[in-house]
Amino acid sequence: MTTALLEIEGLTKAYPGVVANDHVTFTINEGEVHALLGENGAGKSTLVKMIYGLVKPDAGTMRLRGAAFTPPEPRAARADGIAMVFQHFSLFEALDVAENIALGMENPPKMRDLAAQISKVSEEYGLPLDPFRTVGDLSAGERQRVEIIRCLLQNPKLLIMDEPTSVLTPQEVDILFKTLEQLRSEGTSILYISHKLDEIRRLCDTATILRLGKKVDTCNPREESVRTMAEMMVGGTLHVPERVPHAQGDVALEINNLSVPSPLQFGTSLKEIKLKVHKGEVLGVGGVAGNGQDELTAALSGEVVSASGAILLHGKSVGHLPPQSRRAMGILAAPEERLGHAAAPNMSLTENALLTANVRKKMARKGFLNWAAAKDYAKDVIRDFDVRTPGPENAARSLSGGNLQKFVIGREILQKPDVLVVNQPTWGVDASAAADIRQALLDLAGEGAAIIVISQDLDELMEISDRFAALNGGRLTEPVPAKGLTVDQIGLMMGGAHDMEVAHHGAA
Amino acid sequence: MVRLEKRPQPSKKWIYLTPIVAVVATMIAGGIMFAILGKDPFEAIRTIFWDPLFNEQFAAYSRPQLLVKAAPLILIAIGLSLGFRAGIWNIGAEGQYIMGAIFGAAVGLAFYPTESWIIFPLMVIAGAIGGLLWAMIPGVLRVYFRTNEILVSLLLVYVAEFILASMSLGLLRNPEGAGFPGSRNFKSYASAHNAELIAGTGMHWGVVAAFIAVIFAYVLLAKHMLGFQIRLTGEAPRAARFGGVNPARLILFCLGTSGALAGLAGLFEVSGPSGQISIDFNVGYGFTAIIVAFLGRLHPVGILLAGLLMALTYIGGELASLMLGIPAAAIQAFQGMLLFFLLAVDVLTNYRVSFGKAEVA
Amino acid sequence: MDLSAISPTLLIASLMVAATPILLAAIGELVVEKAGVLNLGVEGMMITGAICGFAIAVETGSPVLGFICAAIGAAILSMIFGVLTQFFLSNQVATGLALTLFGLGLSSLLGQSYVGIKPPSTEKIDFPLLSDIPYLGPIVFNHDLMVYLTLALVAAVWATLKYTRAGLILRAVGENHDAAHALGYKVIRVRLMAIAFGGACAGLGGAYLSLIRVPQWTEGMTAGAGWIALAIVVFASWRPLRVLLGAYLFGGVTVLQLNLQAAGMAIPVEYLSMSPYLITILVLVIMSAPRKGGKARMSLAAPACLGRAFHASS
Repeated sequence: MTTALLEIEGLTKAYPGVVANDHVTFTINEGEVHALLGENGAGKSTLVKMIYGLVKPDAGTMRLRGAAFTPPEPRAARADGIAMVFQHFSLFEALDVAENIALGMENPPKMRDLAAQISKVSEEYGLPLDPFRTVGDLSAGERQRVEIIRCLLQNPKLLIMDEPTSVLTPQEVDILFKTLEQLRSEGTSILYISHKLDEIRRLCDTATILRLGKKVDTCNPREESVRTMAEMMVGGTLHVPERVPHAQGDVALEINNLSVPSPLQFGTSLKEIKLKVHKGEVLGVGGVAGNGQDELTAALSGEVVSASGAILLHGKSVGHLPPQSRRAMGILAAPEERLGHAAAPNMSLTENALLTANVRKKMARKGFLNWAAAKDYAKDVIRDFDVRTPGPENAARSLSGGNLQKFVIGREILQKPDVLVVNQPTWGVDASAAADIRQALLDLAGEGAAIIVISQDLDELMEISDRFAALNGGRLTEPVPAKGLTVDQIGLMMGGAHDMEVAHHGAA
Repeated sequence: MVRLEKRPQPSKKWIYLTPIVAVVATMIAGGIMFAILGKDPFEAIRTIFWDPLFNEQFAAYSRPQLLVKAAPLILIAIGLSLGFRAGIWNIGAEGQYIMGAIFGAAVGLAFYPTESWIIFPLMVIAGAIGGLLWAMIPGVLRVYFRTNEILVSLLLVYVAEFILASMSLGLLRNPEGAGFPGSRNFKSYASAHNAELIAGTGMHWGVVAAFIAVIFAYVLLAKHMLGFQIRLTGEAPRAARFGGVNPARLILFCLGTSGALAGLAGLFEVSGPSGQISIDFNVGYGFTAIIVAFLGRLHPVGILLAGLLMALTYIGGELASLMLGIPAAAIQAFQGMLLFFLLAVDVLTNYRVSFGKAEVA
Repeated sequence: MDLSAISPTLLIASLMVAATPILLAAIGELVVEKAGVLNLGVEGMMITGAICGFAIAVETGSPVLGFICAAIGAAILSMIFGVLTQFFLSNQVATGLALTLFGLGLSSLLGQSYVGIKPPSTEKIDFPLLSDIPYLGPIVFNHDLMVYLTLALVAAVWATLKYTRAGLILRAVGENHDAAHALGYKVIRVRLMAIAFGGACAGLGGAYLSLIRVPQWTEGMTAGAGWIALAIVVFASWRPLRVLLGAYLFGGVTVLQLNLQAAGMAIPVEYLSMSPYLITILVLVIMSAPRKGGKARMSLAAPACLGRAFHASS
């Protein structure tokens, strides 16, 4: 029997220059896990923000159990039984777990009672959590538990989960799915947002696919293949990157016992990292977010310096050198955060080209800048990497995520590095741009550069890496050949299930 | 309901328009303030902005004063703007101004009554060093102890004022001054006097220095790596570190330069227009320069224009006080208002105002 | 020099009076900063409060009314800052400075005709018997009402932040305004209320200076007290009870140097007078210096969104 829980009809929301949702219509039934599938920029997050009362639709209606549903604010949505686990932005690092959970509730009980409830619910659903720990000290997986428990304490009818597995190891994903299946069996509906097709086929009963703000189809994911769904999502066939076969070269970069304290307040310090990367090789570094990825990128780019002998380029010590000296020698990097780290949002693309390319592309003489050279270089990057922008005088923030990422990666690749370190090269980037970026990285390796790809997207790493290692708590595992690695092996390298347990609500 | 939408990139048009809109809005609000004080607002505005330049009765005196008052404001504001662009907030220029004056004057007085061409240049150098050292205190504390430079530089203004009081009552007091506080007057000591270079224009060495500073800052920001690093650090500090900017060096450079320029301004003032070290020779240029820097959009040419405008409000304010009995404090409030309006309209550079349906906030 | 003229009892008693204006301003700013807003206009709000309170007290003959109007006046002034930073998204550092510059000008404009006047006096509270206790009596039980109200206010702020939902929401807004917004809290409203509270407290502090501590109106009479209040918030690592400690420490230094001046200490008056500022700087340096592990004590305690503009962009 299927009863409709939430009926969405003709929902439309436009922002200046873009229609985020264009007459979207679908229905979520009671006790079903409903996938919302789409690329970045397809309008998934705008849609759930409307359901959660954060954004008001321009047109269209929603009905919850047959009654008109127009939440003016999240509080109202929560009161009607809608709960949401955010991908980002919704925890307070300096506050403790109980305080974080209290903030998500309408009428929280006294702190001591709340702590007891937290312990009880976390026990039932196999999500152990100490109510009095500061959230900033928790791992990504534990933080997600905080969010889930915050939702569960309100007995939601509809639980919205936004890309929940992007911060989990494969083993942790298994445990999460058991929890979600348990919730489904108890009658809770789940709106599950993702672009990972395997997961959706495993977990979801129905899938609604969005592309460019419009609904493409609602289907049963178990009856579709990954390929058909991918084509619906992307609107065409995907180009799969090709590898040029090559022989293993000499060691380009060597890391010896690299230990660096994190510069961030709740960061992860790097501990005794050892690594060799060869010419022409792509080394994939996996791991759950917050296990030292930013710190490793910074230590290699030179933003954070270390003992001089901890990092060797072609046998020369570079650990003590600042970023510009390392660039001169051939180590380039592209950090994860595009706006504000890899690029200055309010500055033009010309200025952003100057940001990292001034040494190798000789854009300054005795400190005086050659703006013409910087502009030409920016134009080269825009042309070679198909960056969609009116021209190099436009501000970085005016570019879409995918275009800016192509610019950032292209800016480094065109400098012909000996070693390139990229962190999350395709995060938040649409599929075709992601494929372009991966192909460019492979081509660079084909020309003999050593490449370290740090990513949380395991599919991506398996697709392009020669060898694979994982970061866990600031330590790096021994790299192993990527070919033939199973998901279980990868998960164990990433730290396995940490200390999570399987849900045992039914048994208790 | 009115709503703000972020522009994809800063509006070029509004970058130039905002200071003008702010000045007009301030004139209107100031007019209302003068009306509340019981003065004719139109006459007051005319007296402040028009008469000093074009009224034959006053212009002969006022026009040269424009350069005299604008020079220290521009010198200090140019220095401050470098730091402000990089997110380094030196708000203690008043203290650096005082210390520059004391250092420079002390060197001059040490030579008294020897006459030599070398004395004034030595005073200039000493003035710059005085301001530089005073600004290096917050700089060094920020770099080595991560102490907030806003609070330290500001608190040091009070310390500098007490040092000034002590100097004019003690070490630098004129031995022939019949016990009155204050140093010898440089106007009667040719080698140390910062005299008018062209009679009747108000042009003195400080004005020359201000123009050089404007050019120097323009070249630095537009053409030099260091200027690019300053702008980058202000726009995106993490991107700056990624790009290889050394934050400690940048902090010391910005604070040092602004301190040295403020010190120069102090020296030129004390050896010229003011003439002597006295307990209250400083009139708050170090604070007004903050307004000048923002009004000039932290751009060297903008600061040049803003400095002249602000100097005009000083002179016009004196005139209004003399002719209409408008209290001097009203001018200070007027200047504060100008900064408020500027900050308010500034939002239009980065955001577009749209009138439409209420958004759930 | 005659140090025996300095009585420790009187010293401590006057320390409490000297510390009160700064304590008021600092506890208000603490709440503002806990909400994630850096208002550098404390000095301007204090001096506006000083003249508002003074003028109203002189005109009505009621110091109580003076204090109330000082709080209202400074709160209104703080709303200029609130509107500019919260709705117009202006830079908080620049706007705070503008508030100080404007407040200094406005106050001397308002105060033109009040220079040299004596305000109506505020009576001390008489605790029968208690004030006769030797030493303790004059120290603790012989002050005006504001001293006690200020202490009560500090305790109230401490308890509110620590134990109430309102305090939790305020801290949440200061820690992560995007998350608070996503959960449906009105970030801008919370911040405006905090800014108004900070303004009112600074106004009370200013009025305490002009009505009780000095008591007189002179231009620029706050003489950096607002800035010292800002420094004390840093010193206190954003904790209310440490603000109390910091303000009393500063009050102690001020009173001590005044006593040393009166006792004819061999150090010139100017150098004694600058000592409170120098000591404030020294304390700031000690508090902000990196510890083992490379992190400063204060950087751990500062609200994560301090000074950052909030715009609900989606």
